[in-house]
Amino acid sequence: MTEAEPGGPDPARTRGEDLAERTRGGERRALARLLTEVEDRSRAAESALRILYPLAGAAHLVGVTGAPGAGKSTLVAALVGEARKAGRAVAVLAIDPSSPITGGAILGDRVRMQAYAGDSDVFIRSMASRGHVGGLATSTVAAAAVLDAAGFPLVFIETVGTGQSEVEVAAIADTTLVVQAPEMGDEVQAIKAGLLEVADIVVVNKADRPGADRAASHLRSMLTVGAQHDRAMCDRPRPKRPEVLLASGATGQGIPEVLASLDRHEAKRRAAGSGEGADGTRLARAEAQVWGILSERLRGRVREPERATETEAILRAVADHELDPYAAADRLLEAFTRR
Amino acid sequence: MTNLTAIIANMPQRPIRVLIAKPGLDGHDRGAKVLARGLRDEGFEVVYTGLRQTPEMVVSAALQEDVDVVGLSILSGAHMTLLPRIVAGLRAEGLDDVLVTAGGIIPDDDIPALTEAGVNRIFGPGTTIRQVADYIRENVARREDG
Repeated sequence: MTEAEPGGPDPARTRGEDLAERTRGGERRALARLLTEVEDRSRAAESALRILYPLAGAAHLVGVTGAPGAGKSTLVAALVGEARKAGRAVAVLAIDPSSPITGGAILGDRVRMQAYAGDSDVFIRSMASRGHVGGLATSTVAAAAVLDAAGFPLVFIETVGTGQSEVEVAAIADTTLVVQAPEMGDEVQAIKAGLLEVADIVVVNKADRPGADRAASHLRSMLTVGAQHDRAMCDRPRPKRPEVLLASGATGQGIPEVLASLDRHEAKRRAAGSGEGADGTRLARAEAQVWGILSERLRGRVREPERATETEAILRAVADHELDPYAAADRLLEAFTRR
Repeated sequence: MTNLTAIIANMPQRPIRVLIAKPGLDGHDRGAKVLARGLRDEGFEVVYTGLRQTPEMVVSAALQEDVDVVGLSILSGAHMTLLPRIVAGLRAEGLDDVLVTAGGIIPDDDIPALTEAGVNRIFGPGTTIRQVADYIRENVARREDG
């Protein structure tokens, strides 16, 4: 990372500001380049986000999650097509896992989404998780804010294929859509804690397959009952009562209904406003972002050359079991306040 | 012994992003998938777009994904038509620093014309994944850091 010459213009900052302006102007190449900077968490990205973040907030961020092979990409592709019929611009962030061993990744979600080449109102970007666990990449929230500021009113965030508990997407999306395939479990699966609990909408995909109706009715009976119980537990966090829809990304069956359901959910969130009693999703998203940056900044300061020797000594003491990790963290924190 | 200070000081480098696409009508992508997998193991982020890509699809994917390299696999014999169109499309979008490579079944006699059209490198049958990876690492345009 090159530091700015004292007194001279900071090239990273200038580049970031330039990319932000061109992104706002609708230049797709600049948007793509800026997303790369955001993924690399560069200083250029930081200065671009200072410009773009205040301009974001209008888009509906839809998280799409579910097990590998449930049909997330196909469903998203179908929803993009449906939104385009209504003339709405759409962006997609599709996350696939990075190898924990080599850092490489296969980003294969575009395979299902290639019908929109040449349509400048569709922008699809693949992201590798780059060591982040939870179904997203570290920079997903920032990337979504860039797409939002670039003027896309609808942004789909497709997570890596998830297991039972990768619920992070629910904290960053306005609406969380969980994709299930038929034959993926019985009623007991539907009442387990985790992924299904954070769903605003559950889509039983591959509705053309045998058993899809039964899967949907299982899910409905287990997820949508209990309104009376909700009222009785008013002093405790209440579970969501997701709508369960049958659809097929491959045939297009049920897709208009899914998009309509997403729109209804967004309208409800908007009507609630941002005051007390509003859905806390956006506050949770803000918190996740700021905490993420805070811990990154702290780690960055630990890495500073003038500190590195002290940091290394502390880490080594923990490695040798001479110091416990809590005391080590406290000691590093003290070092910051000393300065 | 691991030098902890060096690890702390050196943030991991940005992975090289590669688009692997199969333009044209051939229906056989085992080779492209094996290459994609091999490049993943070499530490690259590989965007795989699959079969039957038009030049417009390849260009649009390269632009949106901001890749460093476009790798095209072609077995059908249509390389003299498709590859120059893809290179021209990339340049028309201002993607001048993207490395363009191709592989598959491309006769040696066609290589000079393709090189002239702007394809940076043709890999023939028998090329190892390591050779491809090394070529990419040596020739990819290094972007200014910041």
